[in-house]
Amino acid sequence: MAGNDIDGTTRRHLRDRYAIAGVGETDYTRGSGCTTRALGTRAVRNALDDAGLEPADVDGMLSYSFNDSTFSPEIAGDLGIRLNFYMDVYGGGSSTEALIGIAIGVIEAGMCETVVVFRAMNGYSQVRIGGTGRRGGAVSGGALHTVPYGWSSAGQWFSQTFMRHMYDYGTTPEQVATVKVVHSEHASNNPKAYYKHRVTVNDVLSSRMIVKPLHLLDCCVETDNGTAIIVTSRERARDCRHTPALIKSVVGRCCKPRADMHYQSGPISTVAGHYARELLWPNSGVTPEDIDITGSYDAFTFTTLLQLEDYGFCAKGEGGDYVSNGTIRLGGHRPNNTSGSHLCEGYTHGQSMVIENVRQLRRDVDDSCPAGSDGKRVHTYDYSEGGCRQVRDPELTANLGWATPGTGSALVMGRG
Amino acid sequence: MPIDGEYLGMRLAIHDVDEINLSYFEYCAKNEFRLQCCNECDLVRYPPTTACPFCAHSGSSWKPIEPVGEVHSYGEVHHAINPAFREHVPYMILLVELDTQKHTPGEHDALRVIANLVQPDGELAPPELIRQVGIGSRVRMVFRSAGEGIAIPLFCLDPDSTQPQKVWRYPQE
Repeated sequence: MAGNDIDGTTRRHLRDRYAIAGVGETDYTRGSGCTTRALGTRAVRNALDDAGLEPADVDGMLSYSFNDSTFSPEIAGDLGIRLNFYMDVYGGGSSTEALIGIAIGVIEAGMCETVVVFRAMNGYSQVRIGGTGRRGGAVSGGALHTVPYGWSSAGQWFSQTFMRHMYDYGTTPEQVATVKVVHSEHASNNPKAYYKHRVTVNDVLSSRMIVKPLHLLDCCVETDNGTAIIVTSRERARDCRHTPALIKSVVGRCCKPRADMHYQSGPISTVAGHYARELLWPNSGVTPEDIDITGSYDAFTFTTLLQLEDYGFCAKGEGGDYVSNGTIRLGGHRPNNTSGSHLCEGYTHGQSMVIENVRQLRRDVDDSCPAGSDGKRVHTYDYSEGGCRQVRDPELTANLGWATPGTGSALVMGRG
Repeated sequence: MPIDGEYLGMRLAIHDVDEINLSYFEYCAKNEFRLQCCNECDLVRYPPTTACPFCAHSGSSWKPIEPVGEVHSYGEVHHAINPAFREHVPYMILLVELDTQKHTPGEHDALRVIANLVQPDGELAPPELIRQVGIGSRVRMVFRSAGEGIAIPLFCLDPDSTQPQKVWRYPQE
């Protein structure tokens, strides 16, 4: 999009007035051996420790799930948090950014002061996203137009968008596979990642087909984990342990027309980011060119590519080139998903990609770089396998959350 | 009256208050493809909705639609999740742009219908048939009974259309 029209001086919509003050997660595993309640509690406690806050400093809680998790009252109760506000909403991908926006709204409304957003899931060992097909009961309602066609998982639902993008723009399987290759390189420098080994384009293209055009390695990993993010005012965040990540702009679950069945609204190879960017960039006061790091949701290789395109990081149709020309790797012009994220690190429905960018903005990502005399890591910026994954001096990040081709969320953060 | 059906071993149920789906599938059971046409703006919509997505008017009439169109995109499932489809892989999920109301009301709007590729008798297509079908293929709807008052609409290659010389398929084949 044309960046020239953007007014970066006018304060819009609480720009920079709220911040992420703490982040935390549990290990990314397959077989957590514990309940989502325990995962959520640990993740929230880790985020509190990260921020240097006590449980009593939090009085708001938000979570999202597919009815596969534990609700806020139990997590709050376990940690002795008395809530002035909570809400547990339905949904997966794109919820993180949306709930961060809601957190700002409820704080601004005076309903509470500090909100923790969590997602706790046994996404491998308990409830697998997309299901196992062993659903109870009969197919009814809107599902009568999807399930009888074996059209019932994320990959199956999105495949028509992905295929049409290849048709419309000549996007190649090799270009798309590069997203996995790059994210696997990033994951190899992330001690937390579930899959740390680097893969090649050929590895992706020779992995078995799941739903054409998606090979196994075009699809994200399934893991068990809890994640948590603490949102509070800029002033309170400045009293916390780390440099705050200031929230410049947020968009929550922005939709293409016909959210009930987005394929009615073409072009079908254009996704919700096309609409979301009209809110995201003007409210943030910055442009795609200003962004140092992106976090474009990678439920699949294609979702990263499509969103980068529709949010304006490259021209429409040139996403294949953008993801395969070196731009998105560590050391490139604008690295994407430096943790390895959903394709490699673990599946969190988006939270981990925001967590990673918060750490990047602090300039202290948890890689294997050695600690200096002050206990902080001394980043080498050597991105070879097993090395550093800290981007040099980042100021601005953009997270692009994905629910479906028709629904997305986004978040621009700046170093506080 | 509620409707109970079964298709590929899946139980289907339409509740007695679900008027839009009762009507849609009852017409399918009569081998008719009908969609709601708005009484106010005269536009047709898919899938069934409780008001008009174009003008929000609630009144509509079930209009017969010529169920032919072109494959706009597809997915091809090689790893089934739903057990009903395990013995049918690979199977194709077509997104078909109907000839009716194409590029209306907006340039990029169309009635885009999801269904599997099947043989003319409604059986899911075998691999050799799947390999002939891609973006641009001309298809026609057929119905597969799923019980009393319900049939599933599906697509087969249209015997009455001239097929394009070459259809577009995923390149890595």
